[in-house]
Amino acid sequence: MTQQQIQAIFDGTVITIEITAVSVVLGFILAMFVALGRLSKNRIIRGISWFYIWFFRGTPLLLQLFMVFYAVPIIYLDYTGQTLNMDPMVTSYITYTLNTTAYMAEIIRAAIESIPEGQMEAAKALGMTYGQAMRRIIIPQTYRRLVAPIGNELIILLKDTSLVSSIALSDLLRTTRTLANSSGSWLYYVYAAAIYLFMTTLLQLGTDQLEKRLGVYERR
Amino acid sequence: MNEDKLKEVQNGLEDSEKSMVRVEELRKQFGNLEVLKGIDLDVKKGEVVCIIGPSGSGKSTLLRCLNRLERLTSGKIYVENELTEDRVNGRTVSKIDSDKISRLNLDIGMVFQNFNLFPHLTVLENVMIAPQIVKKINKDDAYNTAIQVLERVGLADKKDEYPIRLSGGQQQRVAIARAIAMDPKIMLFDEPTSALDPELVGEVLETMKELAETGMTMIVVTHEIGFAREVADRVIFMDEGVICEEGGPQEVILNPKKERTQAFLNKIL
Ligand SMILES: Nc1ncnc2c1ncn2[C@@H]1O[C@H](COP(=O)(O)OP(=O)(O)O)[C@@H](O)[C@H]1O
Ligand SMILES: [Mg+2]
Repeated sequence: MTQQQIQAIFDGTVITIEITAVSVVLGFILAMFVALGRLSKNRIIRGISWFYIWFFRGTPLLLQLFMVFYAVPIIYLDYTGQTLNMDPMVTSYITYTLNTTAYMAEIIRAAIESIPEGQMEAAKALGMTYGQAMRRIIIPQTYRRLVAPIGNELIILLKDTSLVSSIALSDLLRTTRTLANSSGSWLYYVYAAAIYLFMTTLLQLGTDQLEKRLGVYERR
Repeated sequence: MNEDKLKEVQNGLEDSEKSMVRVEELRKQFGNLEVLKGIDLDVKKGEVVCIIGPSGSGKSTLLRCLNRLERLTSGKIYVENELTEDRVNGRTVSKIDSDKISRLNLDIGMVFQNFNLFPHLTVLENVMIAPQIVKKINKDDAYNTAIQVLERVGLADKKDEYPIRLSGGQQQRVAIARAIAMDPKIMLFDEPTSALDPELVGEVLETMKELAETGMTMIVVTHEIGFAREVADRVIFMDEGVICEEGGPQEVILNPKKERTQAFLNKIL
């Protein structure tokens, strides 16, 4: 492999990591709100959250990517008469964040619902408001339970970023394919697989560790 | 006797007729099921009231209505002679200032059958958290109070443990400490020893007895007839959503007048 090729693979990997990292962090924060929205007493808030999750889980990720990349500029043109060029990287941040938010919201909602009713009651009996009880009592207890499913979502997300090649982003997979096609060697696919495996393995090990650490209070 | 104690006793005498919680015609329905069918109850300052009765008779629901974990269908609740609930057919009829309700609700502490300690917090944190975030008491003061109440229940040495590493009896004593750290005027206990192994019941009852001796107003739902006999000022027998019989422990436990009370006592003794 030439220096150039190695650089290309490296750059592709960085793009993959960037999209994953940005969308997982933003997605988790948004998902917390959507999950609380799903559990809200207010019917409208509950409805909006439900619709959000319904839409983003119910349509293909690739379609969502195209909608942001191609449809949004057309809509923008229709309404303002001005052209808008969506940057592929920004498109990816937006789409993957919105998409993973829907999945994480359901994970967080399930985790919140798994905390025994008595915890909220004890908090209320001590005079805490719903918000205080959520922030200080309920949500902290979900952290350990969230690590495994969120880790799982993270791994899926990392692999799904390979779809960005369809909006002309040179992520790890697209770079590999270009190199393989131009050189006629299948070895590049092996390199790509190795890099994906390396990253997912790190995530796996990381989440295992985190889960152990967060579960301190559950061990006798 | 030192001066503070003397004052306390004098205040106690003056206040002993003061109503701490009063319930009028309290009804509670879950859907079509009427669980409480018109309860009248008045608990005076410093009084210890034990509620006994078969399971499903509405004892827990009554306590939960008192501290607003459950909203009543109709009836009135007064806390320290101030109206906090006035409802008819599931609707509030007297608008009551919500700040006042929150303030009065803070005067009611509760201890649950399953302890409900916060498992992710240490014993100390369990006791400190509510004074800090609800009463906005600073950390040092909250710490001092926490240590004090933990000493009262004999568990100051466990302050850095997580609840799961304590026995059931110890967990329940921490739950009591957590409640009294908020300095309530009335304590509700919902079968505080029912989830405990028999050998751990005594230590919790002992803690409750000590609390009663400090003059705390207490409403205790329990199957511990011995405790009721020894500590209660008044015993209430509830059955099918009504107060079936009430009176001093001697009357209700030793000489029950109602057949249902007799039948119940025969079953559990
Ligand atoms: N949240 C609820 N929804 C429906 N029914 C309930 C609910 N809570 C209690 N009940 C019913 O109310 C009745 C009285 O319950 P409870 O107050 O727990 O009785 P006790 O504490 O005396 O055993 C029971 O029949 C119970 O099934
Ligand atoms: Mg009960």
